[in-house]
Amino acid sequence: MTGFLSSLLPVGPADPLFWVLGLPLAGALVMALLPDWRHAAWLNVLVSAATFGAAACLVFVRPVETPLLFIDDFNIYLVGLTAFVGFSTAMFSAAYIGRESRIRRLAPRNLRFYHSMYQAFLFTMLLALTANNIGVLWGAGEAATLTTVLMVSLYRTREAIEAAWKYFILCSVGIGLALFGTVLVYLAAQPVMGDGVAAMAWSQMIRRAGAFQPELISLAFVFLLVGYGTKVGLAPLHAWLPDAHAEGPTPISAVLSGLLLNVALYALLRFKMLIAANGHALQPGPLMIGMGCSSIFVASFMLYRRGDIKRLFAYSSIEHMGIITFAFGMGGALANFAGLLHMTMHSLVKSAIFFAVGMITQATGTKRIADIRGLTARAPLLGWCFVVAVLAIAGLPPMGIFMSEFLVISSTFARDALLAVPVMIGLLITFGALIWRLQGMAFGPPGQWVPDSERTHQSALVRAVGMAPLVIHLILALIAGIYLPDALVAWFQAVGKLLG
Amino acid sequence: MTSADQIVALGHVSYDMAHLIGAVILMMSFGLLYQRRLTAVIRLYSFQAMVLALAAAWQAFVQDAPHLYASALIALLFKGIAVPFALNWLVRRLGIHRTVETALGIGPTMIAGVGLVALSIVLVLPVTASAAAMTRENLALAMSVVLLGLLMMITRRNAVTQVVGFMSLENGLILAAVGARGMPLVVEISIAFSVLVAMALFGIFFFRIRERFDSLDIAYLETFRGERR
Repeated sequence: MTGFLSSLLPVGPADPLFWVLGLPLAGALVMALLPDWRHAAWLNVLVSAATFGAAACLVFVRPVETPLLFIDDFNIYLVGLTAFVGFSTAMFSAAYIGRESRIRRLAPRNLRFYHSMYQAFLFTMLLALTANNIGVLWGAGEAATLTTVLMVSLYRTREAIEAAWKYFILCSVGIGLALFGTVLVYLAAQPVMGDGVAAMAWSQMIRRAGAFQPELISLAFVFLLVGYGTKVGLAPLHAWLPDAHAEGPTPISAVLSGLLLNVALYALLRFKMLIAANGHALQPGPLMIGMGCSSIFVASFMLYRRGDIKRLFAYSSIEHMGIITFAFGMGGALANFAGLLHMTMHSLVKSAIFFAVGMITQATGTKRIADIRGLTARAPLLGWCFVVAVLAIAGLPPMGIFMSEFLVISSTFARDALLAVPVMIGLLITFGALIWRLQGMAFGPPGQWVPDSERTHQSALVRAVGMAPLVIHLILALIAGIYLPDALVAWFQAVGKLLG
Repeated sequence: MTSADQIVALGHVSYDMAHLIGAVILMMSFGLLYQRRLTAVIRLYSFQAMVLALAAAWQAFVQDAPHLYASALIALLFKGIAVPFALNWLVRRLGIHRTVETALGIGPTMIAGVGLVALSIVLVLPVTASAAAMTRENLALAMSVVLLGLLMMITRRNAVTQVVGFMSLENGLILAAVGARGMPLVVEISIAFSVLVAMALFGIFFFRIRERFDSLDIAYLETFRGERR
């Protein structure tokens, strides 16, 4: 296996990076062949855990930079976060899919495919994050889209197919425009960088970005913003996002929201860093602030009219990606710090919400918000975890999201007070919508519930494995809200400086 | 003869040829906007892909970059022959309307197309003043093809024509990539896009998608957004 992987990957087995990329890749191949999906579900957990372990080793052993792959201070934390959420979602998925296979009568073939695609998806995201070459970054982004399209269409219902098709077409166009931007960046760099694979290596480009042609790189950024912005789900390019989140299996909604949107934003930020290092090109800030604000507003008003619980939180993801884009658009040490923190907190809390939503929809047998009633009375642990998670995503203290949103707004106030006003209004509107919806779902007399006779009976251990990720994510978000370790703060600040 | 000598020797010819081939590709993009019959659209797309193969081969020869011949081969065999064949089969098999259903009339679409070409020339030529002449013209042509592909996707109702629009957009991207002197990974990018195109065809067949999902259609908004009450 190692020999086969070595021929595919440009790093050696002594490198933790080899295992970070190799494990999910090998996992995808093995799970495609494994006949019993129950084994695949647990192997999925195991492989994801090992990938997370390898990603943790990156902190101690920094791999050698190559023209294709590299690890720097910025991407190392996203690699860790992606591997962690990938692992916890695999745990949730193992319990979830066991129940879902009976409810939706999924064919074993589809489940095998699902697990294989899950690992392939993790591989493409990790490849995008560790890619040094901007061409590889683009290719990995494309592959990540393809794997998720296949997973969104898993249920083969009319709605799922429409959602997958819409996602596929819109994001393909986004990917196409991002490629055009990438070609333009190469052309801007070519007189300085010369030819060959090293000419598209980001780590080489950033050192000599000052000599790039500023007009060409400005034009490139517009294409990259529209292209990768489609994948981030920034309004008005967000049309695919709610459908894809709502119609796919819930573990996929969790990784779409928690991880894939981050990866797309990461790609955009890499190019923003090039522009900032150039110094003569257009200011990416105002464009990003504009798109961030429009996302916050569109999403916050849309939240009021949602009847479907997964769509509700999909729109909330658009809003949060808007906040993060806004923060990076403001730039400066504090706003970048807030943006990085918000990316992390949103990943943890939003995936936790989707874990809860997955269990709720299975227990109540409906996705309609109006039919979900009195969760705290009927299932206290799940209900209260859901309440805490929604309060966290709405931005109430003491959870981590409160802290990052507070930092975004206070740093904006310090620089340009007027810009902070629309963000605050957007946050308040969202807060109202979420609290209003939460009240109906969490409290009051219990509503619709699937009778015990129709449920899949799982052992206490399996149920605990399914529940654990939700609790762990919330605890982590709570800890981050109360106390961030000094080392982490120093490190976020260092990366914030890198981002310009 | 080294590659630098070759370029000097070919000088004008290489420039004119690249320009001519690029212009033919752009013409065909306009042709795609103008056609009213589905079979004609598919045939025209096939021609466009073949001319793209010629453009890639010419660039491979001029730049002395043999790997671009692989891109040319992909364009010729996959996009020029296999994809149109598969599309024709799909149209027959799924019984898709043979006439192109437009969301915007042909006349206004053509006018919008001319506007987009003007826009890309106005945008690209000034910002590439210091780039090599060949890159400049090529980039303006490629960007026009990309934008016309986008326009076609927006103004056609049928899923097949929408996918053809996407593939024609992709032809523009490959034209830009092969024209960028010494750009690495062009072949890999061609392959990645071929996978995307294959997925699109597979999707049409497997899910029997005839109509594109038009978000302007209010009936669709009410039924399929999962927001029924």
